[in-house]
Amino acid sequence: MAETICRALRDGGLEGEHAPALTIKDSLVSPFGFDVFTHVLAQLSNYVLAGKSQSRGLVIVAFSRSPSFYVDLLKKKGIDVASSQKWVQILDCYTDPLGWKNWLNAKDLSEEASSLSKVWKDVRNLDKLYTSIIELGKGLVGQGNGRFSIAIDSVSEMVRHASISSVAGLLSNLRSHDRVSSIFWLLHSDLHEVRFTAVLEYLSSMVASIEPCTIGQRGDLENLSLLEQNFRKGKFHVRFKRRNGRVRIMCEELLLELSGIKFTSVSSEEEIINQRLLPKVQFNLQLSEKERTERAKVVLPFEHQGNGKPIQIYDGRRSLNENNDETGKLPTDEDTDKGQIIYFRDSDDEMPDSDEDPDDDLDI
Amino acid sequence: MDNQSLNLLDRALGFDQQSEPWSLSGRVVVIEDCVETSGSFVLHQLVKRSLAPNSSNVIIFVAFANSFSHYDRILRKLGCNLVAQMDNKRFIFFDMLMLRGPDGDQGRIGEGTLVSLYEKIQKKLSGLPGDKKNYVTIMIDDVSLMEVAANGASDFVLDFLHYCHALTSEFDCTLVTLNHEDIYSSMEGSTFMLQMEYLADILIKAEPLSTGLAADVHGQLTVLNKGTSHRLGSLGNKIQNFHFKVKENNVEYFYPGSRV
Repeated sequence: MAETICRALRDGGLEGEHAPALTIKDSLVSPFGFDVFTHVLAQLSNYVLAGKSQSRGLVIVAFSRSPSFYVDLLKKKGIDVASSQKWVQILDCYTDPLGWKNWLNAKDLSEEASSLSKVWKDVRNLDKLYTSIIELGKGLVGQGNGRFSIAIDSVSEMVRHASISSVAGLLSNLRSHDRVSSIFWLLHSDLHEVRFTAVLEYLSSMVASIEPCTIGQRGDLENLSLLEQNFRKGKFHVRFKRRNGRVRIMCEELLLELSGIKFTSVSSEEEIINQRLLPKVQFNLQLSEKERTERAKVVLPFEHQGNGKPIQIYDGRRSLNENNDETGKLPTDEDTDKGQIIYFRDSDDEMPDSDEDPDDDLDI
Repeated sequence: MDNQSLNLLDRALGFDQQSEPWSLSGRVVVIEDCVETSGSFVLHQLVKRSLAPNSSNVIIFVAFANSFSHYDRILRKLGCNLVAQMDNKRFIFFDMLMLRGPDGDQGRIGEGTLVSLYEKIQKKLSGLPGDKKNYVTIMIDDVSLMEVAANGASDFVLDFLHYCHALTSEFDCTLVTLNHEDIYSSMEGSTFMLQMEYLADILIKAEPLSTGLAADVHGQLTVLNKGTSHRLGSLGNKIQNFHFKVKENNVEYFYPGSRV
């Protein structure tokens, strides 16, 4: 299924339509977002380099890692970064995002990847950032009809410096630009309000969310083994939105291994166990809707009938005075036709039946 | 390095790996503690470990919480002379207590002061001889007081930490910060602690025992070592939990239940 995502990004968008966009979102309980991001990045780079994809170039907007990190990463995956054919550019919003270094006139020491990267010193100005991304991309693919892909490694970092609406605007503009083939970004969902996550999900045609396998309380040390499990694997949900509005959800399991990240289909153990525990039986284990309403109508004995009257139960503990008052009222003519039990305690010496109501446990 | 002298914390931090001279190079260590269980001893242990005679590490210590004499006294008990290390230029101390002095503009620091602090750190770093640049540890004690000093503008603090993070990837140095978790626990919508945890490669949590107070155990440490984002290859995530007892001259670490 991770393959399906990469293929969708590879195939790009049709003329006059928005480019396919992927949101990768994770949270601290299952922090594999960056691993998934690099996986997708490497796959897409392979496609671009082999000329299999619609896009001819890739622009990485680096907020949370240095350009040299990405160069090393791609090299390690066996992808030729410094090939004669220029296909990747990194917009470096990591080294000096606010222009502090510029301000201090410090020498820029990270010249290592400079032919591939461009330092961006003002992340607060998203309009300029937009033009810069598009220019870098156009620089890669030339003036023709060639398209390029964009990877943004942390939208969360972006939102820290700019408003939600302007970030959403930037992403939307990038997505609808006719030279953009596909775009994907990473988001740490627990850093933001739910509405921002929702905004980004609306903007994207695919949402890959990484969730913990087993849900426990965050920081709950009692469940150390559970915590450990969540740091090795997670659930990988992907929601695809088709052009016609159909939404498909797929689920995979994600495993972190020494060599990288691995996706396995869910033939999850739980499901297998559930299937075994529930044998095929001849009778119904569940009630139908009709049976349920009928069951609700049955009046049980000893149940309050709910006719609104206060419930009074004589427990034999009322004082004599009260009794005297009531004796004046009770034997009236109107009441005679009704059945009544009138009870007078013989004397005050007589103890009430008991201190406790014997039927205390019954809900009378 | 002699494996016998390593305690559980050292092992959890990867000091037992012979392949690298300093396993924390290029990584960010975030220590979280709470009122009941102070995590400052972890910081002291790391200072001692970095300044060990067989390593050539340099520490840049940014102190918001205590004065130099405080650290000097503690480290002397642990068998490490900070004054001598200062003369050797292996311990560089920034006393940020003075920033909050009563007089004048210095009492309030905002972005500008954090920028100039960054500038000082950066100058010290670039001024070091080439062979020492890669073995620098920047320590901040503690981040919550830095936030107080920045008038509660946590965004400035995060910007500052981002720039320090950029230094770690530029020079392969280490960033160690201490912060208090419970300060942020009841704040609605505060993501500061989460931001720090995303920044961290190694997260060390100091907490009281869940079962209550005990005479022989002072608390528990949970070390989460995220191997993934390290550029030298994936080591896999590792999580470890053990108890500790802080003594006068050292700290004892042991697994739960391993002591009678």
